[in-house]
Amino acid sequence: MKPSDSPGLYDRIFRPYSYTLGNGKKVEEKRSRLPLVIILLLAATIISGEITGFSLSTLLLRINYFFVMLGDMFPPDWAYMSQVWTPLWDTIKMSLLGSVIGALLCIPFSVLSSGNLVKNRAVTGFFKFFFSVVRTLPTLVVALIATYVFGLGTLAGTVAIAVFTFAYCGKILYEQIETVDMGSHEALEALGMGKLSAIRYSVWPQVLPSFLSTVLFCFEGNVRYASILGYVGAGGLGLILNEKIGWREYPRVGMILIALFVAVVVIESLSSWLRSKLT
Amino acid sequence: MPEIKLTPAETLSKEPRKWIATLLIILICVLLTAWSGSALESNSTGGSGLSVAKGIVLGILHPTTDILFTLGRNGVPYLLLETMCIAFLGTLVGAVISIPLAFLGAGNIVPKPIAVIFRILVMAIRTVPSFVYGLMFIMVTGPGAFAGLLTMSVCSIGMLSKMFIETIEDLDKGILESLSAAGCSVFDKIRYGIIPQLMPSFTSTLIYRFDMNLRDATVLGIVGAGGIGAPLIFAMNSYRWNDVGAILLGLVILVLIVEWCSSRLRTVLMRG
Repeated sequence: MKPSDSPGLYDRIFRPYSYTLGNGKKVEEKRSRLPLVIILLLAATIISGEITGFSLSTLLLRINYFFVMLGDMFPPDWAYMSQVWTPLWDTIKMSLLGSVIGALLCIPFSVLSSGNLVKNRAVTGFFKFFFSVVRTLPTLVVALIATYVFGLGTLAGTVAIAVFTFAYCGKILYEQIETVDMGSHEALEALGMGKLSAIRYSVWPQVLPSFLSTVLFCFEGNVRYASILGYVGAGGLGLILNEKIGWREYPRVGMILIALFVAVVVIESLSSWLRSKLT
Repeated sequence: MPEIKLTPAETLSKEPRKWIATLLIILICVLLTAWSGSALESNSTGGSGLSVAKGIVLGILHPTTDILFTLGRNGVPYLLLETMCIAFLGTLVGAVISIPLAFLGAGNIVPKPIAVIFRILVMAIRTVPSFVYGLMFIMVTGPGAFAGLLTMSVCSIGMLSKMFIETIEDLDKGILESLSAAGCSVFDKIRYGIIPQLMPSFTSTLIYRFDMNLRDATVLGIVGAGGIGAPLIFAMNSYRWNDVGAILLGLVILVLIVEWCSSRLRTVLMRG
């Protein structure tokens, strides 16, 4: 029996409207689900508001304090730029290396988790679950653990970024592999090619452009994310950002943020140009 | 014209030779990677890294069960509920702020220069790292979940506006024209022409962002802005790996459940 055959609980409580058309035929229109959704959302909003202590009056009365810090950042301390260069390049290098390592590592795992290449459901299920769990691990936690294991510095940040890239690109890659056209793969296997070379010549060319584009997209995000990692001592821009905020040298904070903004804009335009070439 | 017959080997040899370009690209990539490797440095922990890692993994694999199941304010269930509330309201407030921004940044609604200005504004909002916002909002509300909520909402603006702008720019204007030809008022055009086109994609974006916010909520903990992040970071800084294991276990399970629900909901929305 299809689900549309038996009326659901909602339709049994709120009977659908019925109209009689000009030719005597009766049609029914189901009641909209909107009121139910709105009630649920309202309830969730009220509960959340209670638990988090949301108060509009505090927000409206004290919002100017938000701009105090922002106002202190301008004008930025331009002379400080000479000391920003090294951490900025460190951040970019960290994200680049981390993205490359993560992207290369995720390829074999994605192949093992795509259902059309590996027929064993247990294997694909295990690796998919593995990807999900790695993806839910907060990057900051990975970075903090990495600083305990590898010591403070950019290596820890690179490891954290590699882990994040591994999980993100891996998931998208196996989803892409599962949607490729398997005809050419079958044809190559029928010709007597081995499994690996069949993947190399039929699946790989199909997923390569979108995979590269995913990696580039991930790299963009990583540059921004790498600036947070410094907070736990994993190197890069976050380190000096955290330090200057702690010392309340807000003009220098402003300078760091402007440098980061320009770097992110340049990298994003470069990578979106490259991505438009790829697809 | 005489028919040209080629053997497969000859056809293959006619394939354009792209190996120079391929080699160049590979060379550039290798060089860039090698160059980025030059920044790698770490203040070595004196060869104890492996034993530290072993201790951490063992600790995480044996989570403390009593904080996992207590229902008090320090138990994992309450902290997870608080985190979910922060993520939920943060997404909602973020959406309220980003919808007008998205309309002002869409090239087909406002003139091009204005759209560009608002896009740059959104990009600037997105660049500032979340812990900086966290510190700013703590000055407004004091430490606690409220600051976390506001931080979450400002951090959501970047991505939400970007996706909303894309949806708005894909609006089919033909429908609006036919509605005005049928004599509909402006209100009718918005109600029957615009909202049905935007709603599914907006909702899907919001659900996805809620998912992401739940995952990013740990970042808030490091500045003391509520949620599960703070206890997690405290536990890690004081090497209580069993507690870390318990908190992480709760977080991972919650995120997996929410992710599953949200992907189900989004496929329903996509099918209409």
